[in-house]
Amino acid sequence: MSEARKRIIQKILLMGNPNVGKSAVFSRLTGARVVISNYPGTTVEFMQGYMKLGEQRPVVIDVPGVYSLEPTSRAEEVAIEMLDQGDVIINVVDATNLERNLYLTLQLLQRQIPVIVALNMWDDTRHKGITIDVKKLEQIFGVPVVTTCGLTGEGIKQLVERLPQAHAPKKAPCSAQKCWDEIGIIIAQVQKLTHRHHTWLERLEDLSIQPLGGLVLAAAVVFLSFSLIRFLGEGLINNFFNPFFENIWLPLLYRFSAVLGGKGLLHYVLIGESINGQIDFGVAFGLLTTGLYVPLAMVLPYIFSFYLVLGLWEDLGYLPRFAVLTDNLMHRIGLHGYAVIPMILGLGCNVPGALATRLLEGRREKFIAATLMAVAIPCMAQIAMIVGLVGARGGQYLGIVFGTLFLLLVFKGILLNKLLKGRSPEILTEIPPYRLPQVRAVCKKLSLRVVGFLKEALPYVLLGILFVNILQALKIIDALAAVFSPVLQNIWGLPKEAISALIVGFLRKDVAIGMLGPLELSTKQLVIGSTILAVYFPCIATFTVLLKELGPKDMLKSAVLMLITAVIVGGLLNLILPF
Amino acid sequence: MPIDLTKIKPGASGTVVSLQGGRGFTLRLTNLGIRPGVKITKLNAHFWRGPITVRLGRANLALGFGMASKIMVELDTKNE
Repeated sequence: MSEARKRIIQKILLMGNPNVGKSAVFSRLTGARVVISNYPGTTVEFMQGYMKLGEQRPVVIDVPGVYSLEPTSRAEEVAIEMLDQGDVIINVVDATNLERNLYLTLQLLQRQIPVIVALNMWDDTRHKGITIDVKKLEQIFGVPVVTTCGLTGEGIKQLVERLPQAHAPKKAPCSAQKCWDEIGIIIAQVQKLTHRHHTWLERLEDLSIQPLGGLVLAAAVVFLSFSLIRFLGEGLINNFFNPFFENIWLPLLYRFSAVLGGKGLLHYVLIGESINGQIDFGVAFGLLTTGLYVPLAMVLPYIFSFYLVLGLWEDLGYLPRFAVLTDNLMHRIGLHGYAVIPMILGLGCNVPGALATRLLEGRREKFIAATLMAVAIPCMAQIAMIVGLVGARGGQYLGIVFGTLFLLLVFKGILLNKLLKGRSPEILTEIPPYRLPQVRAVCKKLSLRVVGFLKEALPYVLLGILFVNILQALKIIDALAAVFSPVLQNIWGLPKEAISALIVGFLRKDVAIGMLGPLELSTKQLVIGSTILAVYFPCIATFTVLLKELGPKDMLKSAVLMLITAVIVGGLLNLILPF
Repeated sequence: MPIDLTKIKPGASGTVVSLQGGRGFTLRLTNLGIRPGVKITKLNAHFWRGPITVRLGRANLALGFGMASKIMVELDTKNE
């Protein structure tokens, strides 16, 4: 014990099976704000934060979940390699699933590193009719065992208090079979299960993975989600953001414009072009006009409503069930059902979507998933702008844009599945129990994501507008427009000025689509332009992540595919659209 | 007579007897708790050789048809 007290703890690792609540415990220990959801694989990156431990401030690392110390994928390998760097391991265990979780615990106890066990989700054991003799478990393991609930924070104080008592019992190694036998004996000594009736939530669990009923429910979930996102998004725009910009911000801008003298370079950069002295937020393209209006009044409301709805489904635990139900269809496009999760995340923002492709097993799946997402899954910022601009010309045109993207997803998926060697591996996942979303947790996650959007988007949007204004002033845009006009005009039927949108599209897709606004395009041109902007290349943030995840060679292949697709799809739309 | 998991009816339960696959396959299933000796209940089988869902203790899992076909199960007598 005295040896343990003297030791300086610098690095604490949180390790455990997937979806046991490591991130919730991490957030409680460090105060760091991280995304916490109810599905295996929420955390794909190592998260790092600092906690207070007496006078020390050790670093805490939230390690992505593993089932054992024998890796079955590259992601698990990386997680296991972390092990040697830790001074203490907090082994987070799902108390409602003790037997399976203890395998990793036994393996950790065989190492040289001090361990403390956190029996997490302790609150769930009560209504699940599970009783665990914690004292006994502590005796058997010879390391501290603390009961915790990461979501409410219960037991976290004791966990911190007892952290210095963690030590390495250096258990003798056992073969897999011997380990499981030992776990069987331990479970018989410490755990009692009492029978209890099925709750309505469990009945819903059963229904939502039934082949037929589950699909009907899934269709309802998708329909309900999109309706709700649209209702909330539009409501916020019409009742809050638009009135604010029109009634409060605009009069201020007019005064400011007058102060600047209504013209000049500074006026051009800040306010943009005013037509007959009138400022139009969609057309002006100044930093204070379009630069704020696009991210705040057009995109933010949809980001808010999308992440609110997604957060509810995530916390309930619906996503893995949706994955099981879509497994069949996903196999047709070279993936398995779990790949639907990166895709859904990609609808919010392609960056977390691209990171989540780490959930997939091999290089082939990652390549297919990443390419399909970059081409056919527009992020919410882009969707909001398309809805704003194209939707103003009529709902049927929205149908054409999103319908084209969906067909593209399917056809390109089928094509890649046929062309690439190998087969898609099969789904293998735990389906977590439903948990009722907690208002506080949902709000916390939502604010984390909305603030994340503002921090990411605002600088890039403003930078993009500044950048394009400079290029315009230097006549570089005109030169590029001349070079690319054969593709733009002859194949896509777009005016050559649309090149500026394509350039800004490398930075931010939402501004890029916004730039189609002042070009006075016909509806057909607007439909084609929006579709091409979604398809031709990912934004720089997504590109950076994809490059890291896929490697330069696969990224190059993927990028070539995107450009070719954009040329063909834009050309086809130009040929066949009758209006 | 043990039969593979794809051939038993939804709702039926039994005991896993063996896993007919390579080391990697066995490891991945064992990690999730599917190993010889454990009680398993088949919940559903999805259309067109889609995934199979099972219950092990208090945990629910989903696995592909191919994987399920390599899991040999001895049915409980009350099912027969």
